[in-house]
Amino acid sequence: MSQAVATDRPPAISLDKVNKWFGALHVLRDVTLNVAHGERVVVCGPSGSGKSTLIRCINRLESHQEGRIVVDGTELTDDLRALDTIRREVGMVFQSFNLFPHLTILENCSLAPIWVRKMPKDEAEALAMEFLTRVKIPEQAKKYPGQLSGGQQQRVAIARALCMRPKIMLFDEPTSALDPEMIKEVLDVMIELANSGMTMVCVTHEMGFARQVADRVVFMDRGEIVESGTPHEMFETPQTDRLKLFLSQILRGH
Amino acid sequence: MSSTTLGASSAHRTQPPLLVAGPLAWMRANLFNSWLSTAVTLALIYILARAGIGFVDWAFINAVWSVPISAQGVIDPTDCRNIKGVGACWAVIGDKWRFILFGRYPFDEQWRAGVCIALFIALFVVSAMRRFWRKELALIWIGTLFVIGVLMWGGVLGMNFVPHDTWGGLPMTLILATFGLALAFPLAVFVALGRRATTLPAVRYLCIVYIELVRGVPLISVLFMASVMFPLFMPVGLNPDKLLRAQLGIILFGAAYLAEVIRGGLQALPKGQYEAADALGLTYWQKMRLIILPQALRMVIPPMVNNFIGSFKDTSLVLIIGIFDLLTAAKVALAEPAWQGYSTEVYLVLAVIYFIFCYSMSRYSRGLEAEFGRSVRR
Repeated sequence: MSQAVATDRPPAISLDKVNKWFGALHVLRDVTLNVAHGERVVVCGPSGSGKSTLIRCINRLESHQEGRIVVDGTELTDDLRALDTIRREVGMVFQSFNLFPHLTILENCSLAPIWVRKMPKDEAEALAMEFLTRVKIPEQAKKYPGQLSGGQQQRVAIARALCMRPKIMLFDEPTSALDPEMIKEVLDVMIELANSGMTMVCVTHEMGFARQVADRVVFMDRGEIVESGTPHEMFETPQTDRLKLFLSQILRGH
Repeated sequence: MSSTTLGASSAHRTQPPLLVAGPLAWMRANLFNSWLSTAVTLALIYILARAGIGFVDWAFINAVWSVPISAQGVIDPTDCRNIKGVGACWAVIGDKWRFILFGRYPFDEQWRAGVCIALFIALFVVSAMRRFWRKELALIWIGTLFVIGVLMWGGVLGMNFVPHDTWGGLPMTLILATFGLALAFPLAVFVALGRRATTLPAVRYLCIVYIELVRGVPLISVLFMASVMFPLFMPVGLNPDKLLRAQLGIILFGAAYLAEVIRGGLQALPKGQYEAADALGLTYWQKMRLIILPQALRMVIPPMVNNFIGSFKDTSLVLIIGIFDLLTAAKVALAEPAWQGYSTEVYLVLAVIYFIFCYSMSRYSRGLEAEFGRSVRR
């Protein structure tokens, strides 16, 4: 399960005592987390625990107010150039897919390589087809997002992010908006991606997925990291009451 | 064999009886479904028929189509006087149509203004076709507007120079409306974006002040400001021309309203679209141009066309500052002693001209909505 995780290099993502408030609401409290290159981290926790906010801070869809976030050697500040560099290297998949409905599947995928990477159009389209094949829907390339099922749309969203050849992939509850029968097709793609050695941070409640691919599981509650460890440690010997309670609730649901 | 028989009989059976679907059934359900509605229907048919017959009588049967003109060019409107109130006097249009269409543009040069009208219409038609929606279209616009300018002013290629304070009629209306819309639209897009630029408070407040200021005053006062007040504030010698000032007023006025419509579209777009574009590393302008504006503008086609139609008709307000547009030309035409009292006929023709332009816009927008709807929705 646990493959070679590069520990000799500086971490891919490093969060140091990160704090964030939404108005008066303290949503991240002294969050410290290092993710090594090639590591797969699953973040779980009850809703409102700040896990989505945490990964949205990593590509600065949300800005943090205290602490340091360093991604692939670049610190996240208000400097727009640093932000561009980071967003180019970090792919993101959203709960609600967020495909561009006015563009075809192929255009959705080739858009960023063409405009951000300045890739020639035919090259970008070939790249898009390559990744659409990897997520097993090359035949949908000419359709519009609205014509696809939720599972297909989410796989396109993964392909779209991969077309930028990111070093890090962030998943924000990628299966939560899906009908049960479509969850597997998306998880399969994510498992394959994990096996290819991609650095991944996933916010998800899919504990089966965590067991299968995660190097580490991080449990958050009320804006702080309560506990972290290998999936085995976390699920078999949870240390804190909060994690025990959370696991019992999750498992009851399954 | 049996399957074909089955197919034929089931095809026959899918045809509903005459009184369940089709025009007869519709009439029964909507017009004659009770005694009261039957009575209302019949009464309305009677009123409409009376009005229709009255109009046809007035406009066609009793109408005077031309009046004798003496050798000295003096019009003898006696025929029209005799049928006043009973029939239309279309002779006024026959005599004055060139003045209404072209204003005080020199009579012998009016073919140039006519060509300009044709060029404007051709430009609209070409721009309306989606297959011409590429970068070259901007060049076509610049080229066509340049040719229109050359034709209207002249002074080159053996054409006499015609100063623009003698322009008038339909070309003037089209100039005001076309420049008004073509320049107000991009301005409105920038103002709408500026109003939402939370990271640039100075730009944001500038946009808000501009929108609220312009929306707070009627177009008439904007035009008055442009024509009367504005020159007072300008240093001597630096006084842009009246037409230009009115045009600027129309652009600034139209853009403020349009900007609010576009802002509505920007706000209606799900936040996820912005975030997905950001996460892919698109710059602000790429995000707006490729992702946000194409969707936001599609969403607001109906209110935008509503605005366009309003602005088109609002250009007629330049009447009050003495710019010779279609409406002004018509009013001046009516001031001629021989034709006083035939305003109904002239205004009816004006209404038809305005209606043709406005209704084309409305029809076109409906087509556009349908076309976009097909490609986006499931």
